[in-house]
Amino acid sequence: MTTTTALGPDAPRPLGPRGRGGPARRRGRRSAAEARAGLLLSLPFVLLFAVFIAWPVVQSMFMSFTDMRISDIRSPFAVNFVGLDNYLTAFRDPVFRRAAANTGVFVLIGVPLTIAAGLAAAVALDRGIGRLRGVFRMGFYTPVITSIVAVAVVWRFLLQAENGLVNTVLGWVGIDGPNWLGDERTALLSLIVMAVWRNFGTSMVIFLAGLQAVDRGLHEAAALDGAGAWQRFRHITLPSIRPTMLFVLVTTSIGYLQFFEEPFVMTSGGPLNATISASMYTYNQFGFGNYGVAGAMAYLTFVVIGIVTLAQFRLMREK
Amino acid sequence: MLDRRRPVLTYIVLTVFLLLVITPFVWMILGSLKTQGELLRVPPTWLPEEPTGDNFRRLFERPFGLYFRNSTVVALAVTLGNLFFSSMFGYALAHLDFPLKRLLFVLVLVCLMIPGLVTFIPQYVLVVNLGLANTIPALILPFLVQPFSVFLMRQFFLGLPRELLEAGRIDGVGEIAIFFRIYLPLAGPAFATLGILTFLGSWNNFLWPLVVSSDESTYTLPVALALISTGQNQTDYGLLLAGATLIVLPILVVFLFFQRHFIQGIASSGIK
Repeated sequence: MTTTTALGPDAPRPLGPRGRGGPARRRGRRSAAEARAGLLLSLPFVLLFAVFIAWPVVQSMFMSFTDMRISDIRSPFAVNFVGLDNYLTAFRDPVFRRAAANTGVFVLIGVPLTIAAGLAAAVALDRGIGRLRGVFRMGFYTPVITSIVAVAVVWRFLLQAENGLVNTVLGWVGIDGPNWLGDERTALLSLIVMAVWRNFGTSMVIFLAGLQAVDRGLHEAAALDGAGAWQRFRHITLPSIRPTMLFVLVTTSIGYLQFFEEPFVMTSGGPLNATISASMYTYNQFGFGNYGVAGAMAYLTFVVIGIVTLAQFRLMREK
Repeated sequence: MLDRRRPVLTYIVLTVFLLLVITPFVWMILGSLKTQGELLRVPPTWLPEEPTGDNFRRLFERPFGLYFRNSTVVALAVTLGNLFFSSMFGYALAHLDFPLKRLLFVLVLVCLMIPGLVTFIPQYVLVVNLGLANTIPALILPFLVQPFSVFLMRQFFLGLPRELLEAGRIDGVGEIAIFFRIYLPLAGPAFATLGILTFLGSWNNFLWPLVVSSDESTYTLPVALALISTGQNQTDYGLLLAGATLIVLPILVVFLFFQRHFIQGIASSGIK
């Protein structure tokens, strides 16, 4: 991508596909007014953006190379540079490594499940039924719009060992359900299931829009030639929704790599760090006042997000 | 269509799936109407045996009216701010040519990818140094500008014909007035989508208000509920479920009314 260098408002520049029409000799005067209007309309956003987003991004990078602590909060520049120490601290910290591993598990299991559930729901709604479509779509989307705090309260109640609904239902078929959130072996799994429940609605909605691009005629022709539903899905539907698939894959992965709220409100990272995530541990470091270390950990997550996103673009493009 | 049996089977599978998905909500609302004794019973009951409003009464013995108001004020301010700032900027990016335009747009796109925790600590330091900790503006300011909103508005304005702009110029309408008088009145659908999405995000926002508010007077609903659910009342399920219901129900009602805009908006952000 080319960035704009010192181009004056009157300098000739490519206008893109929607180039301005009109007589060329009036363009110069018009451009000045246009440039002024453009800047004026952008100014409020850009100012707030600079203060509350762009500057913090830079400052946090700076912070990650310093020994900044909570005691430096009033004088954030009176700190010492420590080079890569904070990054090394993060790598050496066994809890951070555990948190990174948990996050990896969460992404590797959670992302495919979320995409599969969303795609299955979208295909069923797109092909199978006409009436009631809105009702189903809304029902599946409801978890997405719900506050995580409310969700946590309800799910903790559902997952209780003694009289939770889940274990009660399992009891009907003779299964003695575990203490889902209290057991090291099932806690992360429970959070993954909850995250899939909470997020598949988003991918469903996007897939539903993407499925409009699928050629129905092709489907019918293939069906007449004897192609089964699975074959048609595999060879017609899937290739047609590649761009949508990429979008859902990337956005879901970015979201899940920052996995935070579920363990924060459900388990506080326990039991025995079984559910602590990279973002949550980063937040804990902030809570302990280790701002430099927290900054380094946040940037590590950012780097991983960047790499994963690029890799996904590559993979999806090659085939 | 080609196969007549299919729809019936699809309906059955979808219905079972739907019941599974909405069970937590049903369980929440039913539970909020049960007495504490009934909530602790093994095995649990489905319908409340003696429905009671007691949990909600106890909820409002705490300042939940105030928290509800805080949540509403913050969400409305954030929503209006987003509509205002990002429609102006989005329009400029879509239809006007001005210095630094490309650079600014690329910056906004890059920020879409940056994890929230990267900006979190500096934002906190900033708010503390501005003397805004424990105030309502602290809950609003950092969310007034969101890269996603600009992206959405830009895409929307790109979809509106450029001829409107040309016609306005020919009629001698000023550049700024062209935006406010010609394009803005057409932005209804985009405003509906963005407005609902932003309101929802703000209403459900949790981490930032939790960190910035340490005084009851600025608590929002999720903060208040989170603090109760980890404090001494953590086994008072009646109270907690009533609180959860109070957070979820208004959103469900809004969603019921606007779901079409909502879902189309999200879909379009993914397609374009």
